[in-house]
Amino acid sequence: MEPLRPFSSRVLPLIVDDVDTDQIIPARFLKVTDKVGLGKKLFSDWRYEADGSPKPGFPLNDPKHAGAQVLLAGHNFGCGSSREHAPWSLVDYGFRAVIATSFADIFGGNALKNGLLPIVLEPALHAELRAAVEADPNVEIHVDLASQTVTLPSGKSASFPVDPFAKTMLLEGVDELGYLLAKDDAIAAFEARRA
Amino acid sequence: MKTLFDKVWDSHVVAEDPGAPAVIYVDLHLVHEVTSPQAFTGLRERGLKVRRPERTKATMDHSTPTRKGSDGRFVFVDAQNEAQLEVLRKNCADFGIELFALGEASNGIVHVVGPERGLTHPGMTIVCGDSHTSTHGAFGALAFGIGTSQVEHVLATQCLLHARPKTFRVTFEGTPGLGVSAKDLILALIAEIGVGGATGHVLEYAGDAIRALDMEGRMTVCNMSIEAGAKAGMIAPDDVTFQYLAGRDRAPNGADFDAAVQAWKTLPTDEGARFDRELRIDAAALVPRLTWGTNPGMGVAIDQPVPDPAQMQDAQAREATQKALTYMGLEAGKPLLGRGVDVVFIGSCTNSRISDLRAAAKIFEGRKVASGVRALVVPGSYDVKKQAEAEGLHRVFEAAGAEWREPGCSMCIAMNGDQIEPGQVAVSTSNRNFEGRQGKGGRTLLASPFTAAAAAVTGKVTDPRTLLS
Repeated sequence: MEPLRPFSSRVLPLIVDDVDTDQIIPARFLKVTDKVGLGKKLFSDWRYEADGSPKPGFPLNDPKHAGAQVLLAGHNFGCGSSREHAPWSLVDYGFRAVIATSFADIFGGNALKNGLLPIVLEPALHAELRAAVEADPNVEIHVDLASQTVTLPSGKSASFPVDPFAKTMLLEGVDELGYLLAKDDAIAAFEARRA
Repeated sequence: MKTLFDKVWDSHVVAEDPGAPAVIYVDLHLVHEVTSPQAFTGLRERGLKVRRPERTKATMDHSTPTRKGSDGRFVFVDAQNEAQLEVLRKNCADFGIELFALGEASNGIVHVVGPERGLTHPGMTIVCGDSHTSTHGAFGALAFGIGTSQVEHVLATQCLLHARPKTFRVTFEGTPGLGVSAKDLILALIAEIGVGGATGHVLEYAGDAIRALDMEGRMTVCNMSIEAGAKAGMIAPDDVTFQYLAGRDRAPNGADFDAAVQAWKTLPTDEGARFDRELRIDAAALVPRLTWGTNPGMGVAIDQPVPDPAQMQDAQAREATQKALTYMGLEAGKPLLGRGVDVVFIGSCTNSRISDLRAAAKIFEGRKVASGVRALVVPGSYDVKKQAEAEGLHRVFEAAGAEWREPGCSMCIAMNGDQIEPGQVAVSTSNRNFEGRQGKGGRTLLASPFTAAAAAVTGKVTDPRTLLS
């Protein structure tokens, strides 16, 4: 995993509450045994017509948002199934962060493990960002994990919470498995104690 | 003074470094074909083994066909499904994991076979790459769904990293009336607190109405904890739990069983233990319920109208309600009763156990599936199928004109070719009514086996109490 460095990006608004992982990637695309190419399936049923052509009006199909690396969602983003295909597809599409007023637990955890930053903004700042992006899709925000801040187009700096452990992992580009493997002695002692 | 959750959590903390989540030991890791392949690939890339293969059990359920051809062979909808099962077979063989493979008597939906084999015990920690792992909480286990990265972590270390969740007790008071089942209890809770209502919390279900449920009803309740956003759902073990486990092939037996019961009896929440949140629900006042919208929180009592966005103050709620009504093809403020139905699905890890099939059969008995309705009954496992056939339930379903299938997740997740068509309305005993969940463009109303069967025989949304004597 690459270390998550500060970046600036335009923002793609998809202001829908309770977006479930079946919308992020429908179950019929879970028959794969790898992670390749899932970005093309991202939001499939909202994004494509029955014949596979892009649905007009859906933000991912709107050229004015092309290249945005931040998805601006609503409340409780990523609810439903535990499929990690959801963050895999968002990352494969090119997103590096999702901003919402809250996230479902499993999705939030899965996102962090894939270098996709789930950023919780309080409703007033979320509304400000939404208004700015809807007024001008070319405005940019700046995301800095080290300082846990998003700089909004107005120049206002908004801080967001991140689990300190996950933050270290993301900044160093390492994953949790290394940490767990290093706990081998403690795990063996636990197993011996219970045997 | 500790809660049930506290006791299970505290006894599984392997290590807890300052500034880091706890390292939690996993007693039982369940694996299926959809969320595991990339985890095994990760192990191979790092040259790792499975730390405790004997604590790891695999089954095939999501991509499995529920239909056999005239040659007696399973009919796969595509090569990808079949390939996914083959990958699991190879991974289990390579890493020494017991597999309840398709076609074997032990096969079935992961959250049906775990309890049924006696693998699920009170006080255990149980994980699976599947959000409905919360089902196993019915035994007083701490059980939750994980992502594929964590599947790899658990395979490699038998542990995962987790911050301590908060606790939330929901007490269902009183005795529910005729035709009101476990499914109605949990649908009522989710409608009350919403699909994000328990985010960050482990639910404990308590109260007379929970105590009165058999283990299968308790599993139905715990199964849908995730639909309220909860990390897990738990029910304190009691004699009902112990009786269920006694004699199961993977449960302890003899003196070991008696010793286990003594330990399990210490698990229930201590008198006076504190929860971060509490809620009381009057179960005696509940009636059969169903969902009208596109998430499990969008539900109503069966005799109530669907909501009217015009009556809503909050702009975002108004918009979400209108969007859901439009998708579902429903008119604001109108009743659901009498709404025409195209498909009825009785199955899934929520409601595919023998008691669910008995409930459905009670309605189907002596009646016919309404003209134009397709009804599918899919048992949760081969054990359930065998038991149902021994009781003659399959004849009741077949005589009514319903399809009696082989076990699997089937039309709940629609990965195996069992699906509804765009625009069709299904009354389903499964757990999710998200857009397209049961087939692209399909419209799902979630309900109990009673309510689903009542829709099948009348061809419309019907209060099952009118058909139960």
